[in-house]
Amino acid sequence: MTPWREAWRRFRRHKLAYGSLFVLAFMILAVTFGPLIWAVPINEIDFTARLQGPSWAHPMGTDDLGQDLLSRMLYGGRISIAVGLAAMAVAIIVGVIIGAIAGISRGSVDAALMWLTDLFLALPQLPLLVLVIYLFRDTLKEIAGPEFGVFVLIVVVIGAFRWMPVARLVRAQFFSLREKEFVEAARALGASTPRQVVRHILPNSLGPVIVAGTIDVAAAIIAESTLSFLGLGFPPDIPTWGRLLFDAKDYLDIAVHWALFPGAAIFLAVLTINYIGDGLRDALDPRKVM
Amino acid sequence: MSQYLLRRLLIALPSLLGISVVLFVVLALAPGDPFEELATNPNIPPEVRENIRIAFGLDDPIYIRYFRWLTAMLQGDWGFSFASRINVDDLILQRVGVTLLIIGSSQIVALAIALPVGVYAAARPYSIFDQIANTLAFIGFSLPPFFTGLLLILLFSIQLDWLPFVYRADIEATGWAFYWEHIKQAIMPVLVLGIFQGASWTRYVRSAVLDMIRLEYVTTARAKGLRERGVIIKHVVRNAMIPVVTLVALQMPAVFGGAIITEQIFRIPGIGSLLITAVLANDTPVIMAVTFVFAILVILFNLLADIIYGWLDPRITYR
Repeated sequence: MTPWREAWRRFRRHKLAYGSLFVLAFMILAVTFGPLIWAVPINEIDFTARLQGPSWAHPMGTDDLGQDLLSRMLYGGRISIAVGLAAMAVAIIVGVIIGAIAGISRGSVDAALMWLTDLFLALPQLPLLVLVIYLFRDTLKEIAGPEFGVFVLIVVVIGAFRWMPVARLVRAQFFSLREKEFVEAARALGASTPRQVVRHILPNSLGPVIVAGTIDVAAAIIAESTLSFLGLGFPPDIPTWGRLLFDAKDYLDIAVHWALFPGAAIFLAVLTINYIGDGLRDALDPRKVM
Repeated sequence: MSQYLLRRLLIALPSLLGISVVLFVVLALAPGDPFEELATNPNIPPEVRENIRIAFGLDDPIYIRYFRWLTAMLQGDWGFSFASRINVDDLILQRVGVTLLIIGSSQIVALAIALPVGVYAAARPYSIFDQIANTLAFIGFSLPPFFTGLLLILLFSIQLDWLPFVYRADIEATGWAFYWEHIKQAIMPVLVLGIFQGASWTRYVRSAVLDMIRLEYVTTARAKGLRERGVIIKHVVRNAMIPVVTLVALQMPAVFGGAIITEQIFRIPGIGSLLITAVLANDTPVIMAVTFVFAILVILFNLLADIIYGWLDPRITYR
């Protein structure tokens, strides 16, 4: 049995994680293909249907301009999930590179990189996120357009504040792995340091990184929604889940559905991703007795 | 102890300097002029504007500007708010108290949830209580604070009409009524932060206690015939708290992030909502100062965690 099959077998034992996988897969399919099936435009204004509750014409109701919330939710979900995945990729790439360099080179390089990691861990993240977006938003909008520019900015900034746990994990893994016999054997056979790292050490240190990466997706979705909720994320005409909540919060007493659907979507996405991370942690830890 | 404290304070200084460098670099790299407010004001003629730039030294090399900014910050000269027309340090002093009050009480609430639940769940691993606590913890830290806030407003302010959802600094009542009004309006913000923190701490406490409870010294204590209660509280929990304190200290930046959102939802006049207002009003000196204050607070709380650490683990003091 290959290690991946074994991990999959162990993952399926974690009932909640296994179930979460299906819920999350459904959400991703819905936001990917949903707009093709439910082809109502996200910005079709209809003042005769303002702030309506769920009905057959509008399964999730409408907002204060009579725009259909289901199509806005599906569109926003694309952005929220894409931001989560892209920010996770940034965090993992930066974290693995820094962790690997620190882990393979001893002495001052390691010490300097770990000081940098600790410094980033002590930074007040949300205030800095807000500050960076405030300072750079307009320039990037001009360069790359309002939607893509803000997307790149948010992904890079969230990623830049999430790499530290990954770097620490990778470094710790490298410290124990580089002394193991199989790496020593590779070294004795004349493998260069990059080859030792890429072929032997890195693949064996990926387990905890995968778990951390999964949880980073959830953290990035929350971070993006938070920025949008503060009115600092995507422009108002692009409905992300956080932005929908931000717009809905002033109508809480007369249009509850408007806030509940996007809030529940964020919650469900984050909850399922956290459960999948928990399941992966169990599945990828060979010491854990099931 | 005092020597340990002094050493910790000295270690905190470089991180504070590092954070100030990061902040300043971000501001220096930013496109456009941070003092645009003066630059775009039509009442100021171009030659005066140029004189202002020279007077403030905006065309000097970046490291000179950094040192000038740093010395000004250290001397308590934090600049002048464009929007509020008062000194930034006065503005922050007016507001930092509420923020600390809300954060402090929410941490106490979080601790009051996490400690008993986590310890009890770990003492009976995989029992029904453990499973329910685990599920609730997962739900608790998957609920983003802004959504919890809206749900609480929906339930307690709109449906039940028990609690006010706008935080007011000017309450007219006196005596007991005054305190009661203050407590009432603080309940929801404190709960929002407390639930989020409490949920993740519960998991830390549980796994730390679970790691400790398997060790041999615990078996020894039980074999001596000590009561289970005493074993758990005196022998296990104290040692289990050491890794928990580290994790809690690492979470401090997230707590301050949560505080910003909470203040924004409930319109609490703290420094978090000040930051958002300042960003929306392009009030650069206030933004810089508030971010720096948040950095100082994070480091102060880390310091506090280290002191608790030294108290929990006497070996650390002599290192």
